[in-house]
Amino acid sequence: MPDGATAVLAVNGLKTVFRTRGGEVHAVNTVSFRLRPGEVLGVVGESGSGKSVTMMSLLGLLPSPPAELRAGEVLFEGRDLTRLPPEALRRVRGAGIGFVFQDPMTSLNPVFTVGFQIMEPLRKHLGMTRAQAAARAAELLDLVGIPDPRARLRDYPHQFSGGMRQRVMIAIALACNPKVLIADEPTTALDVTIQAQILELVRDLRQKLGMAIIWITHDLGVIAGIADRVMVMYGGQVVEEAPVKRLFSAPRHPYTRALLGTIPHIRGPRAPRLRVIEGQPPILRAHPAACPFRARCAHALPRCAAENPPRFPLGGGHDVACFWDADTGAAREAAPREGGARHG
Amino acid sequence: MAEAGRGDRPLVEVRGLTMHFPIYKGLFRRRVGEVRAVDGVSFDIRQGETLGLVGESGCGKSTCGRAILRLYDITAGSICIDGVEIGRASQATLRPMRPRMQMVFQDPQASLNPRMTLAAIIGEPLMEHTRMTAAERTARVYELMDAVGLNRTFANRYPHEFSGGQRQRIGIARALALNPRFVVCDEPIAALDVSIQAQVVNLLEELQDRFGLTYLFISHDLSMVRHIATRVAVMYLGRIVEIAGREQLYASPLHPYTQALLSAVPEPDPDYEAARRRIILTGDVPSPARPPPGCRFSTRCPKVMDICRRVAPELAEAAPGQFVACHLYPATTPEPTAGRTGGTEARPRAPAGQFQQGEPQ
Repeated sequence: MPDGATAVLAVNGLKTVFRTRGGEVHAVNTVSFRLRPGEVLGVVGESGSGKSVTMMSLLGLLPSPPAELRAGEVLFEGRDLTRLPPEALRRVRGAGIGFVFQDPMTSLNPVFTVGFQIMEPLRKHLGMTRAQAAARAAELLDLVGIPDPRARLRDYPHQFSGGMRQRVMIAIALACNPKVLIADEPTTALDVTIQAQILELVRDLRQKLGMAIIWITHDLGVIAGIADRVMVMYGGQVVEEAPVKRLFSAPRHPYTRALLGTIPHIRGPRAPRLRVIEGQPPILRAHPAACPFRARCAHALPRCAAENPPRFPLGGGHDVACFWDADTGAAREAAPREGGARHG
Repeated sequence: MAEAGRGDRPLVEVRGLTMHFPIYKGLFRRRVGEVRAVDGVSFDIRQGETLGLVGESGCGKSTCGRAILRLYDITAGSICIDGVEIGRASQATLRPMRPRMQMVFQDPQASLNPRMTLAAIIGEPLMEHTRMTAAERTARVYELMDAVGLNRTFANRYPHEFSGGQRQRIGIARALALNPRFVVCDEPIAALDVSIQAQVVNLLEELQDRFGLTYLFISHDLSMVRHIATRVAVMYLGRIVEIAGREQLYASPLHPYTQALLSAVPEPDPDYEAARRRIILTGDVPSPARPPPGCRFSTRCPKVMDICRRVAPELAEAAPGQFVACHLYPATTPEPTAGRTGGTEARPRAPAGQFQQGEPQ
C-alpha cells in the first residue's frame, strides 16, 4: 500500500511459531498489514486461523516459550515493537495500544475493585494521583455508559453483568487515550441485544475519540456493521484484504466466497440447504509451502499444491492470495500484477 | 384437542411447564426463594416439524428443553409426548420411553466420555435398551456412523482424536441409535466454527428427512434458526413471548422483544448495516430469581405502558398462527370488567389457541 507512511501501526512479515512437545505449530505465517489512523480494521477467521495470535504476538503478549517470534517487524510510532525491551514494551501496551479480550470475566481480576483496575494504568502510565485517577475513572465509566459511575468504582467484577464487564474492559483499554485499540472477539461471549449495545458504544466512541481499531471476530455480520476494511485469515495467513463493501459484494478468494455462502441470513430468500465447506481447517506443522486452503478449495489448481500464493493486488485496496482468478474463472498470470489494472 | 384425530395430534404437547430451582441460604440452608427458570410455558410440536426455541442466555430455553425430556423433576405442568403423559411419571417408568426421545447436547467435548471409544459411545444406548447381540450392535453402530458421515475406520478411536464438528456427529449418532421420534437439540452448533456449523445443520436436516424426526432446536443464533425451524418460539425470562411460523416471525415480529432481538442480529451486508435502524435495548435481563411484576419485559421494553407493570400478558393469537404475549395487541388486553387472567377468554380463539401461559397450577 502506498500510504505506509501514514499508518499508525504497520506489521511486516510477522511469523510466530509455537514449539510444543508434538512439534512446531506455525500459527502466524508472514502476516503483513497496515492500520490507518481512525479506521476500523476487521479481522475475520475461524478458530485456529491465527487472528488472535497475530495480535497478541505483535504486542508481545504470548508467553515464550512456547511462542517464538521468528520474523517480522511491528512499527508503531516509529519504533519496532519486536525489538523493544520488555520495560519499554510495557509502556506501549495500555498507553499507546489498548487491548480488549474476549472473555470479560477471566480478564478482570476478581479480587480488586473495578475502580482500582481502571485507575491502575492511569497511575502507572500517566502518573496521575489517586484523586485524579479516580475522577478520570468515573469519567471513563460514564463514557462507556455505566450508570452511577462514582459508586460503581467501588464494586467488584462479579457485581457486574457480562455486558457491563465488557464495558469496564473497554474503559480500561481506553483509559490512557490509546492510538490503537485491539478488540479480540469482544462481543462473542455476549447476547445479541447486549452485543448491539457494545457495537453502538464502539461506533460512538470512535466518532468521539478518533482512534484506530482492530476488531477481531468470526462473525461476518459484526464485521459488516463496524469495519471499514477487512482482512480474512486462514491457516495463519492473510488470504484476502479489501474495503468492507468490496469484500461482501465482490469477494475474490474461494475461502471468503465459501464462507459468505455458508452463513444463513435473517432476511431475504432462504436457501433449502446451506452451502458447506467440506473438510477441516489445517494444522500447520511447518511453514506452508503450498496454499493452506487447497484441500477444501473448489477451484484448486495444480500450482496451488506446489507454491503458496502471494497476495495479488487487485486495485482499490483489495488484494487476494490465490492463483485462481475469480473474474476469469481461470488461473492467474504468473507474476503478481500491479494494482489498479482491473478495477481502476 | 379431543376433536383432533390421532393422525394430526401434535407429537409433543407442553402445557404450563414450570421449572423452579430452589435457592437455599444461611446456616440452616433455609429455602429463601427460587430461580424461576421456566415459568408456565405451553406449546405444541407437530410430527416432523422443527420448533426453534430462541432467546438470550438465562432465558430458560435449555432448562425448558431438558425439562421436556424429564431430565429434571418438573415443578408443575404437563408434558405429553406421542400421546403419553410424562410430566409426573417417575424416572423408572420413564426409562422404557427414553428410546423415543433423545437429546443432542451443546458441548460435544463434555457430553462424550473420554474413556470410551466411539463404537462404545454410540453402542451404549443399544446395550441399555435392546437385546441385540454384539454382532448386531456393531452392524448398527456402523450403520449410524455411515448415516452421520463418520468413517467406519474411526470406530475404535477416542473422542479427543476428533474435531468439534466430528464430535457433534458422534453425539448425533448416539441420539439416533434407538430410532427416536423426538430429538431435543440443545445449542448443537454453538461450540462450532462457522464453516462447520453449516455441515452439522445440513446433517440434522438430512436425518430429519430420512427418519421423519421431530426436533426442538434450541439456539441463540437467530439466523440459523430461521434456516432450520418451521416454527419459532421466542423466550424471555422463563416465558414464551411470541410463537409463530418462521416466515411470519421473521418478516413481521409483533412482540417488542422479538423486534429488538431481530434488529440486534448483525447481517453480513455492509450496505444494509449502514442504513439499518436498530432498536437498542437498555439495561440487562433481570434475574429470574426476582422477575419484575407484570410483563417480564416491562423493565426494558421501549413501548412499555402502565398496564405492563401490573398485569402479565397472556399468550394469544394476534395474527393468524402468530401468538404474542403483549398488551399492545388487543387480543390480550383485558376488558375493564374482566378479571386479571380472565380477560383473554372473552375473545374467540383459534382452534390451536390453548397456548395459555401460567395456567393454574
